[in-house]
Amino acid sequence: MTIPQGDFLDAELLDREGVHVRGLTRRFGAATVLDRLNLDLRPGEFVALLGRSGSGKTTLLRTLAGLDPAPSDAIVAVPTPTAVVFQEPRLLPWKRVWRNVALGLKDAAPRDRAEAALREVGLAHRLDAWPVTLSGGEAQRAALARALVRSPRLLLLDEPFAALDALTRIKMHGLVTELWRAHAPTTLLVTHDVDEAVLLADRALVLDGGRIAADIAIDLPRPRRHAHPHFAALRARLLAELGVEVPDLAEEEQSAERLLAGLGA
Amino acid sequence: MSVLSSERGARAVATPTLRRTAASLPFPVVLTKVALAGSRRFASAVILVLLWQAASMSGLLSPRTLAAPSSILATAWGLLLSGELPYHLLVSLRRVVIGLGLGVTTGGLLAIAAGLSRRGEDIVDAPMQMLRTLPFLALVPLFILWFGIGEVPKIGLVALGSTFPVYLTLFAGIRGVDPKLVEAGRVFGLDQRGLIWNVILPGALPSALVGLRYSLGVAWLSLVVAEQINATAGIGYLINDARDFLRTDVIVVGLLVYALLGLLADALVRTVERRALAWRPSLVRN
Repeated sequence: MTIPQGDFLDAELLDREGVHVRGLTRRFGAATVLDRLNLDLRPGEFVALLGRSGSGKTTLLRTLAGLDPAPSDAIVAVPTPTAVVFQEPRLLPWKRVWRNVALGLKDAAPRDRAEAALREVGLAHRLDAWPVTLSGGEAQRAALARALVRSPRLLLLDEPFAALDALTRIKMHGLVTELWRAHAPTTLLVTHDVDEAVLLADRALVLDGGRIAADIAIDLPRPRRHAHPHFAALRARLLAELGVEVPDLAEEEQSAERLLAGLGA
Repeated sequence: MSVLSSERGARAVATPTLRRTAASLPFPVVLTKVALAGSRRFASAVILVLLWQAASMSGLLSPRTLAAPSSILATAWGLLLSGELPYHLLVSLRRVVIGLGLGVTTGGLLAIAAGLSRRGEDIVDAPMQMLRTLPFLALVPLFILWFGIGEVPKIGLVALGSTFPVYLTLFAGIRGVDPKLVEAGRVFGLDQRGLIWNVILPGALPSALVGLRYSLGVAWLSLVVAEQINATAGIGYLINDARDFLRTDVIVVGLLVYALLGLLADALVRTVERRALAWRPSLVRN
């Protein structure tokens, strides 16, 4: 293992508690998706990873999950066990819900453990259901239970709420926050929903040009509300980092006043 | 009274009236109606058999061409009671069961070897595709030269015929398994064996069962051909022997037994499907 020049890696960083990445480069053909990327997640931290589509968010997550091999010239240190929740639930349709949750468990009473995990996500009544009979939200909750049952120290969420309807998404946000507080895994949420990042994460990272281009702490108290005075500012800042300009609120108010004045005249 | 109001009144009572009529009919009448509705599908078949019987009785159809339905039934009953039919049936069944077992096992193992690895595909798939295009029934002369005229060429032909459908469908099924599910399995700690057992084979099963059904059909077909080769027992022998004595009634009984066995085999696979594929959307809803 060689440490790329100019990057400092503390021995403390290799404690295998948090996530530590140094000098990760991934190319697909001529395109460089990740360019000597460095990343650190503290143990138990909830981090949102934002980026335009094609910015390499999923590539980074797949490398952390071990789905794509890490190149030999990079350092990728992740705590184990690791669990992933994908955008689609990816439940095996030929296994009942509890067997999907217990997939790959090597202990004596997998059903009990699966049942406990399913109860935590509110699916205790669907233990023996076939996956095709679940709604989108239920299926994603089962996928969450399947990740949770392994007591992961690193939880990787790859846009898990993107395919859900707005109401289900709100419930899932609450559930994920609850589960994260109860189990405290280091969590990386890949998303392109800025609101979601501000609602859930301790820190939001913006991936751009193959590197972490912005690292923004989100220090709002939990439970978080859109109405919090700092919410809009954080949201606007993240959007700006993503290249989306949001009209200034004050300016908008002024123009509204002007409009009203014009109408009254 | 206006037309409009009477219409409205009629519409309002329409449903309860209908229900009352159905409920108030005496039970035997309802039963007859249901039976009639069910039998309409078979009416033309029944008429054909009746015409056939009439033609035989009037002498239009000579028993040398085709025996009358009544005499076919009587012959079937006689063959059944004498133990002749059960004996030949068992011999035929044994050939099919052994041949099919060998064929399905071979086809299945080859499909797994070819489906799971690129090297397996290189080694197995090309020869299988070549052999598949060969009309395997044309191999009968070679089989006789190689294996003589005993049980081996008969079972061998059934085995050969039933290998390909299972091979082709299981191979396609394995290759068609959603790679995202395989990936999920790997993330959640399944090793290669666990992946094959929990993800790949169950995913390929629907396709493979279609192949199995097709294999069953081919197996019966192969049996019919195989039993024409100098057999001394089996339904095919019964038919050939009857031909020498111009017994068209026995021939038809043999044909009917072949048809019934085919239907039974199909029903068997359907039952297996219903149990093994209970997770599929169409079956879950039922």
